[in-house]
Amino acid sequence: MTKITYIEHSGKSHSIDVSNGLSVMEGAVQNNIPGIDADCGGSMACATCHVYVKEEWFNKIPQKEDGEEDMLDMAFEPKKNSRLSCQIMVTDQLEGLVVNLPEKQV
Amino acid sequence: MINTDVVIIGAGPTGLFCAHQLGIIGLKCEIIDNLDKIGGQCIELYPDKPIYDIPAIPECTGEQLTNNLIDQIKPFNIKFHLSERVEEIKRQNNKWFIKTSKNTEFISPNIVIAGGVGSFEPRKFSAKVSEKLEDKSILYSIKDKSIFKDKSVAIFGGGDSALDWAIELSKNSNVTLIHRRDEFRGAQSSVNKIKELEKNKQLKIFTQYQMASVKGVDKLDSVEIKHEEGEIKSLKVDYVLGFFGLIMQLGPITNWGLNIDKKTIPVNTENFETNQKGIFAIGDICTYPGKLRLILSGFHEGALAARGCFKYAKPDEKLRFEFSTTSKTVKSRLGIKE
Repeated sequence: MTKITYIEHSGKSHSIDVSNGLSVMEGAVQNNIPGIDADCGGSMACATCHVYVKEEWFNKIPQKEDGEEDMLDMAFEPKKNSRLSCQIMVTDQLEGLVVNLPEKQV
Repeated sequence: MINTDVVIIGAGPTGLFCAHQLGIIGLKCEIIDNLDKIGGQCIELYPDKPIYDIPAIPECTGEQLTNNLIDQIKPFNIKFHLSERVEEIKRQNNKWFIKTSKNTEFISPNIVIAGGVGSFEPRKFSAKVSEKLEDKSILYSIKDKSIFKDKSVAIFGGGDSALDWAIELSKNSNVTLIHRRDEFRGAQSSVNKIKELEKNKQLKIFTQYQMASVKGVDKLDSVEIKHEEGEIKSLKVDYVLGFFGLIMQLGPITNWGLNIDKKTIPVNTENFETNQKGIFAIGDICTYPGKLRLILSGFHEGALAARGCFKYAKPDEKLRFEFSTTSKTVKSRLGIKE
């Protein structure tokens, strides 16, 4: 289990223990965190699991693969620290990861 | 008014195969889809991407899968109603009345919702940017390009639609292309073309900028765009075009009295009927314990939903189970001569 903190746009914070091997998106969906839609179910086809990764974490997590940046073009208000949470796999190294959720997903 | 045994909402792989299964058991159906083409997510999201988990097909693309399904249902001459969204349904004399955005009307004892994650709609700017001037000066698709002649147009986006329209409109309009990063994901030939047009001063490009706000009351006056580093630039423009791809929205489905659980519709796994009699849900849009969002599951769900439709379409007949390999009736429905 790895502790991940999801902060809603309103500022409401949820710290959840997520099983290693799940994605950060699945951790949110399985725990009913509002603000992550994940319409395509994690196939990198929709950009509705968009999160902002706290700066200090952004360079620590595995880099984006081909295609993620293209999908982020379609996200709502993408920034430099934007990621698709379905593409971030939970491992021990992510203990304490903090992600901020955008105002909305679409 | 169109009278049919089943109206299928959604022309993705699940809807198409359900149509096949309906044809096999001798029911008529018509298919409605909001997209202008057949294939649903397969054709809209990943036409060229390979799929590896269709039974007996080791590898195929979304487009190939769609074309094969279209081939497979050819014998049934199924009518498609594309670029139409179902807006309204209501119960009428033990059947369902269905009306689309183009005012096509159906009466049918059965509706099969194979709507994926909803209908595809253009992704928009945030509401504070969009709401006032949408459909007037802020557009997400182009119906008549002549309105842009000799006007200033700001095009936002980095994919093929944005690039293609930037190239096309630069012939007769003053075009500025704005994208949030330096790389464009559109075709390389289009990227080369816009770079060339920029060099020849036939259009302007601003990268690492995004929409910040729009100015203007009844008519668009200018847009402000914001650089990653915070700098703000103001552009005088007559029109704004946003090309950010499509998003799936449940839309009017939420008003049909169906139980909805997190954008999905709970069904029973015997025939995939919803809480409304004669309305079935299959594919990504349905949910039940153990649901897998796989195309192959959608095929299974469609086969069972088709059987579920039979009792409402032909209440006085009994459905016999038959194999396509051996049944004369099935073969004749498929147009196969012995």
